[in-house]
Amino acid sequence: MEWANIILQGVLVGGLYAMFAAGLALIFGVMRLVNIAHGDLIVLAAYLALVVTEALGVNPLLSLAIVVPLMALIGYALQRGLLNRTLGDDLLPPLLVTFGLSVIIQNGLLELFTADSRRLQAGAIEVDSIQLGAGLAVGTLPLIQFALAIAVIAGLQFLFYRTAVGRAFRATSDDQDVAQLVGLDNRHVFALAMALSLAVVAIAGVLLAIRTNFDPSIGPARLIFGFEAVIMGGLGSMWGTLVGGIVLGVAQAIGAQLDPGWQVLAGHVAFLIVLAVRPEGLFPKVQG
Amino acid sequence: MPDPLLEVRTLDAYYGDFQALFGVSLKIAAGEIVAVIGANGAGKSTLLKSIAGLMRARRDAITFAGEPVGDVPAHAMASRGVALVPEGRRLFPSLTVEENLVIGGQLGRPGPWNLPRVYDLFPVLAKRRDAPSTSLSGGQQQMVAIGRALMSNPKLLLCDEISLGLAPIVVREIYARLPSILREGLSLIIVEQDIVQALAAANHVYCLQEGRVVLAGAAGTLTRDAISAAYFGV
Repeated sequence: MEWANIILQGVLVGGLYAMFAAGLALIFGVMRLVNIAHGDLIVLAAYLALVVTEALGVNPLLSLAIVVPLMALIGYALQRGLLNRTLGDDLLPPLLVTFGLSVIIQNGLLELFTADSRRLQAGAIEVDSIQLGAGLAVGTLPLIQFALAIAVIAGLQFLFYRTAVGRAFRATSDDQDVAQLVGLDNRHVFALAMALSLAVVAIAGVLLAIRTNFDPSIGPARLIFGFEAVIMGGLGSMWGTLVGGIVLGVAQAIGAQLDPGWQVLAGHVAFLIVLAVRPEGLFPKVQG
Repeated sequence: MPDPLLEVRTLDAYYGDFQALFGVSLKIAAGEIVAVIGANGAGKSTLLKSIAGLMRARRDAITFAGEPVGDVPAHAMASRGVALVPEGRRLFPSLTVEENLVIGGQLGRPGPWNLPRVYDLFPVLAKRRDAPSTSLSGGQQQMVAIGRALMSNPKLLLCDEISLGLAPIVVREIYARLPSILREGLSLIIVEQDIVQALAAANHVYCLQEGRVVLAGAAGTLTRDAISAAYFGV
């Protein structure tokens, strides 16, 4: 029963990793942009939620109603104002610019909020749990987080394959020149993709901040988790990203159980094994 | 000649330091077919890309429906009514046949073309509507590419080498559809290496050689010898 519990907790935290990954996968898929600042944007969203909850005195989950649209707006403006200028045949400029952005966000947050660890207080729901059987219980909060993760992934999958915006994303991803020939303005499509990516980042950031302590320096580690989940999942479908996140979460949970120091290491090892055995990921993109 | 729908005036085009077009001029009136012929590398595709806005040009080098549009980007040219069927078809591989067509019409320009009309024109596509676009034969893919362009209800349709890589019988089938496309009053510029096909369809012919117009005239007035001289530069 102990191991069932551990794997269950791993699966639940995997939902959070899948959300870190979904935003990354989305913009890499649409515009081949590797966003080094992704982890720091997650932390930025956490601090925005902190400000909102402290100012309005609302539950962190309610702060999503403000943080999500705000991050989407930031994403649109960031893409139109800055990142679109870095895109081209060369992959290096967007890498360098988002790396710079990462440094700026970290230091900006440090200036504003100091290096103190912070946490979003969600109240009684944080410690509530549901008994599934003898010795097997899940926390209400992790369960809500996992359900939200599934809803986000399902929503993204629906948006990509069933809506006009999703069609525009896929078309632009396939062939930017021809997408322009059918009247799609790449700059706008890219900005919409970034807005969507940061909306997902906002949800992930708020959930992260309810779950654990955060400070301005934790972004890069979340970026790595996100990358690992994306690469393990493959770029074929958003569900692959969810599976990648779960594999990472379960590996970390098992590692932590064997030795608390092995938690992060076990995740990296699982990642390396998948990379060695299936370099294209578990759900690779089908290429025509 | 009435006011031209499109006029290209002394257009130059460059790929980096390489100059691909030298002072090219061309006119097409509403409802006309113009054929642009020439050997490989003569600048035919560059000319179409410049008109479609994929390559920026001097603002006054291209006039469309009375407005200078040389520096207008491709997505804005599409909303003004210019559609390009690109060389090599270039369908969106992750979209189905029908999605490829629908996205062609995503600007919502009013006009005679819609999904049912395109399926009427190319009935074989209706049967394959949910298939991945990559699973079609070359000729069917070319039909999707033409249908995708028509879905935007263009005033001017640019076709780049629509016969390239297709069996002659398929090419004849596609060219046989041209009259019913033109009945809707659009203008057509076709770029071809297949001179016979192009000459039979066109009102006017321009022959490009190494980025320059070396011969131009009404299709009926040009002799075969003049064309081969211009084509091969002998």
